[in-house]
Amino acid sequence: MSCRQVVKRASYKSKIKDPGTPGVLTMTENKFVFRPNDPSSAAKFDVEFKHITGHKNTKEGTDKPPWLNLSDKDRSYIFEFGSFHDLHVCRDFVGNALAKSGEAAKASSAAKTTSEKSGVTLPDEQLSTAEMQLRMKLLQEDSELQKLHMQFVISGVLTESEFWATRKKLLDGDSRTKSKQRVGFRSSMILDTKPMTDGRMNKVTFNLTPEIKYQIFALKPAVHQAFLTLVPSKMTEKDFWTKYFRAEYLHSTRNAIAAAAEAAEDEELAIFLKEDAILASEARRKIRRVDPTLDMEADQGDDYTHLPDHGIFRDGSKDVTELQNELYRRTLSQDLNRQGAVVLQGRTVDVDLEDPRTVAEALMQSRQESDESAEQERLDRITRMTEIEDLQEHHDHPVAQLCIKDPRDYFDMQQVNALKTLDDSRTGTEQKKCSLTTEEAYGSLREAISKIKSIGLKNSTVAPEIAITVLNGLTQNISSTKYQLGKNPQDSVLDSLPNKTKEELLHHWMSIQELLRHFWSSYPITTTYLSTKVGRLKDAMSQIYRQLEEIKQSDFRHQVSLLVRPMHQALDAAFQHFDADLQKRAARSGGETPNGNS
Amino acid sequence: MASAPSKLYADDVSLLMVLLDTNPFFWSSSSLPFSVFLSHVLTFLNSILLLNQLNQVVVIATGYNSCSYIYDSSTSTNQGSDNGRMPARCVNLLQKLEEFVIKDEQLIKEGLREGIASSLLSGSLSMALCYIQRVFRSGPLHPQPRILCLQGSSDGPEQYVAIMNAIFSAQRSVVPIDSCYMGSSNSAFLQQASYITGGVYLKPQQPNGLFQYLSTVFATDLHSRAFLQLPKSLGVDFRASCFCHKKTIDMGYICSVCLSIFCKHHKKCSTCGSVFGQAQSDVNSTSNKKRKTPET
Repeated sequence: MSCRQVVKRASYKSKIKDPGTPGVLTMTENKFVFRPNDPSSAAKFDVEFKHITGHKNTKEGTDKPPWLNLSDKDRSYIFEFGSFHDLHVCRDFVGNALAKSGEAAKASSAAKTTSEKSGVTLPDEQLSTAEMQLRMKLLQEDSELQKLHMQFVISGVLTESEFWATRKKLLDGDSRTKSKQRVGFRSSMILDTKPMTDGRMNKVTFNLTPEIKYQIFALKPAVHQAFLTLVPSKMTEKDFWTKYFRAEYLHSTRNAIAAAAEAAEDEELAIFLKEDAILASEARRKIRRVDPTLDMEADQGDDYTHLPDHGIFRDGSKDVTELQNELYRRTLSQDLNRQGAVVLQGRTVDVDLEDPRTVAEALMQSRQESDESAEQERLDRITRMTEIEDLQEHHDHPVAQLCIKDPRDYFDMQQVNALKTLDDSRTGTEQKKCSLTTEEAYGSLREAISKIKSIGLKNSTVAPEIAITVLNGLTQNISSTKYQLGKNPQDSVLDSLPNKTKEELLHHWMSIQELLRHFWSSYPITTTYLSTKVGRLKDAMSQIYRQLEEIKQSDFRHQVSLLVRPMHQALDAAFQHFDADLQKRAARSGGETPNGNS
Repeated sequence: MASAPSKLYADDVSLLMVLLDTNPFFWSSSSLPFSVFLSHVLTFLNSILLLNQLNQVVVIATGYNSCSYIYDSSTSTNQGSDNGRMPARCVNLLQKLEEFVIKDEQLIKEGLREGIASSLLSGSLSMALCYIQRVFRSGPLHPQPRILCLQGSSDGPEQYVAIMNAIFSAQRSVVPIDSCYMGSSNSAFLQQASYITGGVYLKPQQPNGLFQYLSTVFATDLHSRAFLQLPKSLGVDFRASCFCHKKTIDMGYICSVCLSIFCKHHKKCSTCGSVFGQAQSDVNSTSNKKRKTPET
């Protein structure tokens, strides 16, 4: 089926900016040749496909012109086509040719895939081995899929690419879950990274990884700020971290007086030792965000840690510090809260953690973004919280309200449609179209009531013959549905069937769905390719149709036919459409060729 | 027959809510005259009341413009003009029915009739459920309620949401909705109502034998039903109808917000107003292009 040669008008560009040399591109099975319109131009070449290592093309719908980019080891050939249609044709051809040359190269290694494709006559899109592996993996994981694949692709009803075309989501979704999972913020407290002390020497070692650096930045805005201002202008990164950990160490000794003394000597060290000013201001801002009518006193009163004999301390021992050293003290609850807040915030930075400088900058950026409009929000909140509802105008809620319209709006429009279908279904039934006016209708109703009033109830409401037909009809109806009767109506018919029949039916249903999906997506038929495809599908479907008929002959005829009926109906609809379409196309195929090319 | 606290409600005592379709436009075009229909129904109601002394019957008229309780066996007295032709309760019922029809007619004067002449089934279902709720709350002992829809006119699509809500609340309070549909084609609403609530849906093939159908299928109380094989409707159509053209479809589009069903892609959900993204059409166009490319 695949044609031997494709000839297209195209212009060749050596670079993207290049205006291009118009000419003719000829592609054959193993090479492509470009001949410029201007014979004197130097841009002519003759390249074999086996040198080509990759091909790209622009997408339709983007603002880019239709370009095809073929690249070999050291240069690339860019062709601009007159239309996307040409581009697609060439792209497929190239894909096919590349696949062929690739296959030839690794004929032995790809034995399995080629054997699967042996029945395939369609130009196959070029597949990377990764994609192939993904498909194989999907098939292995899903036995149903594998069965369908075996049934249709191997037997040639569908081609490999057609089969997977309807499962793009599956392919995409799989790769997405593999690569895109983001690692969240570590929930372990880095502040607890205990220094390793060497018993003999007076030396303390802290472990520092890029991950920990990032955590420190996220947890302690003041350190973050200091890093940005001090490194590398005032000190090296190494000095910075040494200082930081020195401060950390002082904290861990819980010696507030010593910390205060050290801070007085070294102003840089003081940054780390003091209460984090940025955090504190953030905390104040958060407090301001709280409903102003809330009694904050109660909350502060709940925190007993500032009272003696209350609260938890890091090492469990109580230390009562003087007030002037309060500045250099941190409580565990503060640390815990901060850690919790950062973990909840999630990972806001998506950069390589290796370079602390870039991490610090990225983090700063993400913070600024979130800070904006906070003030405005706060003002809004205050007005909202403090307003006395009765005196206020109706407040516009910031959320978009769900727009549930009066369903009548739309149902009223549908009434005509419904009436039409109703009339269609009524044809041949006993009911006449009501042609009476309102008065007449009500009049007849009242008449009926007064009639029964005057006559009264007859002795025999139902004639005996009718009664017996009714009883017989009901009994027949009940006995025929006896098998599917469960105690509850939700019992499925399928479960009452033996496993073999059940599986067979389910499999047929799956196959039918697959085939129908391809069938209907092939319409309208615009190319000969589609029409042969539809023909193949139809043959496969009629085969299943016959198989279903056979199943119907089994012992459980009634239940099975209940289940088979909708399948047959769906297939019948497809056949009908196929025949109608065939006739239509036959009628107008007077000389019109399908809008093919070449 | 005033309710006495000493009543012993066994498990076979029924409270039967009958929803009587009194749509004049249906009955004036029906092959079964309304008078015959009424005589069958009245006989059936009588037999229900005779089946068990404690059985209770409530009749709600489902009109074109309104609904109304027209009979309640627990409150109506048996005194009345028993003219020998029929029991007093039937006379009372007919009297109320006539008054209802007149009132219903007066309501229509304001608006012109258009579209399908469907009855207010949603209204009468809700009234029946309200009544049942009241019975449930009256005490731990109460008759077993069930609803019987005697419907003739076709489904009113504008009532879809209301009817579905009623069906689900009936399902929640374990009240089966039986339906006997007298119209020409099947009623999807009632089919679903009976299916969801575990009731019986029946479309009599012989309208003249209505009483036989009613007494055979719908007369037994809920307790005895467990031992009976009642007709099950064959092949409940599980396929959904689209909201836009009321067509039955195999595959369609669903609003991700309100689960409305459409047969083709819309820019906006006509039920809840959600605006759908453009992603769908993009995918379509690219896949179309993809599909057309393999050619000879």
